[in-house]
Amino acid sequence: MINLKINDQQVSVPEETTVLAAAKQIGINIPTLCNHADLCVAGNCRVCLVEQKGARTLVAACAMPVSEGMEIQTNSLKVRNARKHVIELLLSEHKSDCTKCYKNQNCELQALANEYSFGDHIFLDLTTDHQYKIDRSSPSFIKDDSKCIRCQRCVRTCAQLQHVSAIAVANKGAHQKISSFHDRMMSSVVCTNCGQCVNRCPTGALVEKTYIDQVWDAIYDPNLHVVVQTAPAVRVALGEDLGYDPGERVTGKMVSALKQIGFDSVLDTDFTADLTIMEEGTELLTRLKKALVDGDKGVTLPMFTSCSPGWIKFIEHKYPQMLPNLSTCKSPQQMFGALAKTFYAQKRNIDPSKVISVSIMPCTAKKYEADRPEMRSSGYKDVDYVLTTRELAVMIKQAGIDFRTLNEARYDSIMGDSTGAAVIFGATGGVMEAALRTAYEIVTGREVPFKNLAITPVRGMDGVKEATVKIEGTTEDWNFLEGAELKVAIAHGLVNANKLMKAVSQGKASYHFIEIMACPGGCIGGGGQPIPTSMEIRKKRMAAIYSEDEHLPLRKSHENPEVISIYKEFLTAPNSHKSHELLHTHYFERESY
Amino acid sequence: MKNRGLTKVDLIFETIDSGKVLSKAFRMSNEEILKEILDSGLRGRGGAGFPTGMKWKFTAAEKDPEKYIVCNADEGEPGTFKDREILDRAAYKVYGGMAIAGKAIGSKKGYIYLRGEYRFLLPQLYMELDKFHKLIKEIGYDFNIEYRMGSGAYICGEESALFESIEGFRGEPRNKPPYPTTSGVFNKPTSINNVETLVTAMMIIDKGAAEYIKLGTKDSRGSKVFSVSGDTPNPGIFELELGMTVKQFVDEFGDGDTKAVQVGGASGFCVPRKKFEDTIIGFEGVPTGGSMKLFNSSRSMYNVLHNYLDFFTEESCGQCTPCRVGCQQLLKGIERVKKGEEKSLYLHELLKLADTMKIASKCGLGQSVGNAFKSIVENFREEIIY
Repeated sequence: MINLKINDQQVSVPEETTVLAAAKQIGINIPTLCNHADLCVAGNCRVCLVEQKGARTLVAACAMPVSEGMEIQTNSLKVRNARKHVIELLLSEHKSDCTKCYKNQNCELQALANEYSFGDHIFLDLTTDHQYKIDRSSPSFIKDDSKCIRCQRCVRTCAQLQHVSAIAVANKGAHQKISSFHDRMMSSVVCTNCGQCVNRCPTGALVEKTYIDQVWDAIYDPNLHVVVQTAPAVRVALGEDLGYDPGERVTGKMVSALKQIGFDSVLDTDFTADLTIMEEGTELLTRLKKALVDGDKGVTLPMFTSCSPGWIKFIEHKYPQMLPNLSTCKSPQQMFGALAKTFYAQKRNIDPSKVISVSIMPCTAKKYEADRPEMRSSGYKDVDYVLTTRELAVMIKQAGIDFRTLNEARYDSIMGDSTGAAVIFGATGGVMEAALRTAYEIVTGREVPFKNLAITPVRGMDGVKEATVKIEGTTEDWNFLEGAELKVAIAHGLVNANKLMKAVSQGKASYHFIEIMACPGGCIGGGGQPIPTSMEIRKKRMAAIYSEDEHLPLRKSHENPEVISIYKEFLTAPNSHKSHELLHTHYFERESY
Repeated sequence: MKNRGLTKVDLIFETIDSGKVLSKAFRMSNEEILKEILDSGLRGRGGAGFPTGMKWKFTAAEKDPEKYIVCNADEGEPGTFKDREILDRAAYKVYGGMAIAGKAIGSKKGYIYLRGEYRFLLPQLYMELDKFHKLIKEIGYDFNIEYRMGSGAYICGEESALFESIEGFRGEPRNKPPYPTTSGVFNKPTSINNVETLVTAMMIIDKGAAEYIKLGTKDSRGSKVFSVSGDTPNPGIFELELGMTVKQFVDEFGDGDTKAVQVGGASGFCVPRKKFEDTIIGFEGVPTGGSMKLFNSSRSMYNVLHNYLDFFTEESCGQCTPCRVGCQQLLKGIERVKKGEEKSLYLHELLKLADTMKIASKCGLGQSVGNAFKSIVENFREEIIY
């Protein structure tokens, strides 16, 4: 243990603790900006400067390791003056049109400025010295350099968590900026639209592209029938933007709020998550059968999940040779969209051209996915507008709804039923667990041999997880799988996905089925989720997901009554011709540079 | 060779028998070399002046078997051109100094980070390097040197940015600690020294610390190569004993109308005529990496300062707030004061900002912008305003 004094208080902390963490331990808050719990230390904003006795300069608390006998002052006059200067300097290069900014009231720079209550600015406005162009080219997010304070959180996120480096630091001095390959528009570089950068940007330099107004317009158009679907991970995070602590489940209140907002039908992406399990599970079993029984050498294994649009774009850019390994299943959002304008419209007897389908997603990449030209199998744009969890919170506030006092409501039908297996899609390993629950039962006629259906080896926050399930006691139809060991792997965060892909593509690892989610922790840590995020917060959301699963009466996708009936009434069977028409898709090789 | 209190020395460019000096060094123990360098009082010749013996001692004490010697030849300080001359005329001594440093700290590998604009020197430097590698082999010692090229960024002369650049990354300074002696290039213990420092170290091993400390003062031992430019009838490279006053220097190099000397380049200090007599060139007064720029009364100190600030605004890596934004504010600030768009009192705010930059910036670049700014604004206030 290292002993030091902070503001004359004695504190003992383990070696390699930073001054920032040591101060926090004794309740001393040091303001930070470039620092982020998920990222490596940068030490470049200089907001967290503190005074170290005997040091020639001030030191950055986030980057300074403690040492024996160290004496630190966090709020001396010298520190305060320097900190005020640093914040003032940041403000001088930041376009401070706060009232017009999407991040107004949710901006870390604004909060700091507020804390130090500046009157007139000391320094000259520098924003007019630069020619900033706002990049609106991505359907998922907007990049506005005039609001950028060069903290490089986004750069570190993209490199360190996602192994993509769509954005990096370019130029130096006054011209330094966060740029893309050859300064191209974000829509034409290797970017997965995952929005992890958006989630970590302290200002309004990176924000989701919002479709709130378009959705309001549709709701108030009497000629339109607006259906909304909500993704599994939204219900365990939405509360954070509405005054609840992380990890609070607000499913019923969310459904109430959506009804009050005026959606004609409030439905659940979980329904198509269950449907995904039927389609994807069947696809996997078919591939296995072809490989094992028919000896078909053309079958590509392992099969990869295809629910995460960030992951899809990643593999299209980086491992195009492995596209045949991807399941052809659309994501639950897109399956829902295709069915909303076919099956649902038919059943409700509504002209599909009058159906507007909106989805609430924890994700910014879903906005891109909905825009993909192949996602029009209903004959219309299958999903018209994608809103993030954050945008929904904005709509709830705009509607004047007192969220806390809302009653809990239930999803409408048709396409509103779901199971616990669908809910856990929101956490890393969830798709795998849901698939195993169903596939094992199809093949053996028995439940997966895990207590309370909790397949614990595929759960948790390890970057790459592996499990082997031995199949025993198969039914007659599946006895070719008797004694087989189904090897599965799971990765979340594209940096981990890349590790796994490297191992698989080099033949260093062999699996049958691999689940990949682009975001850390899976969808619960999605780029469209409430800000801030951290491992701690994601763990709470994850716990909420599993608790939601446990509280549901049905916990296996194949038991979803609406899933059973949609096959009877409309789709005939999993992987049927109709299914392929509406629920499956194909992928494209994209440039990688 | 006394000349008005200023002594010219010939140590750096003196021709020596490299094989003899290296053989002597390799027969010495690590401790003996360290002691000799510590006793000599040699301080880094790049400008910062960190005691070389201490740097080597810290690196030697590290347990990691993989250590590096890096020669900083990214000579970029405006008005400094002595390392180019040293490499041109005495590269063998730079290599020798690196091998001796390697012996002292326990490293078999050295990198020379050469300023991009000095690429034209490479053919001849490689020829010398081949000779050096052969010589080392003949002596029966193992030390290998490689060149790495800079690409024109001033910041890459900052030691940790230089490491990043060698490793193939964007040249941005790192957080310290850890210091290079524990974690330098490739995150291995590294001793990084300026070209001239390494040559001087070799000369100290040749002549002995006792002989060396006869030159210079208590705080500034030995001699130093100066790059003299500006309003002088006699510009060029001069090796001089440390400890002279600016007055003595100006008497030798001035044109009779010198109103200020910028000591240490853009990141150094401006000494006005009224302080010539009281200011010693060295660590007890104004330290310098070699740059000595003379200005006569025909020069506008506003233009001089503007030029420096323009340079820093361009050459800051841009990573930390005080340096990136501070430089722009200082530059724009003096422009507006000059034009009368801002009251002259605004200079007071800018001086406070310069103080902040000195203590709040991440690396030496941002920390030294205030040196030139303050010394010019405080001494030539009227030239900035009117």
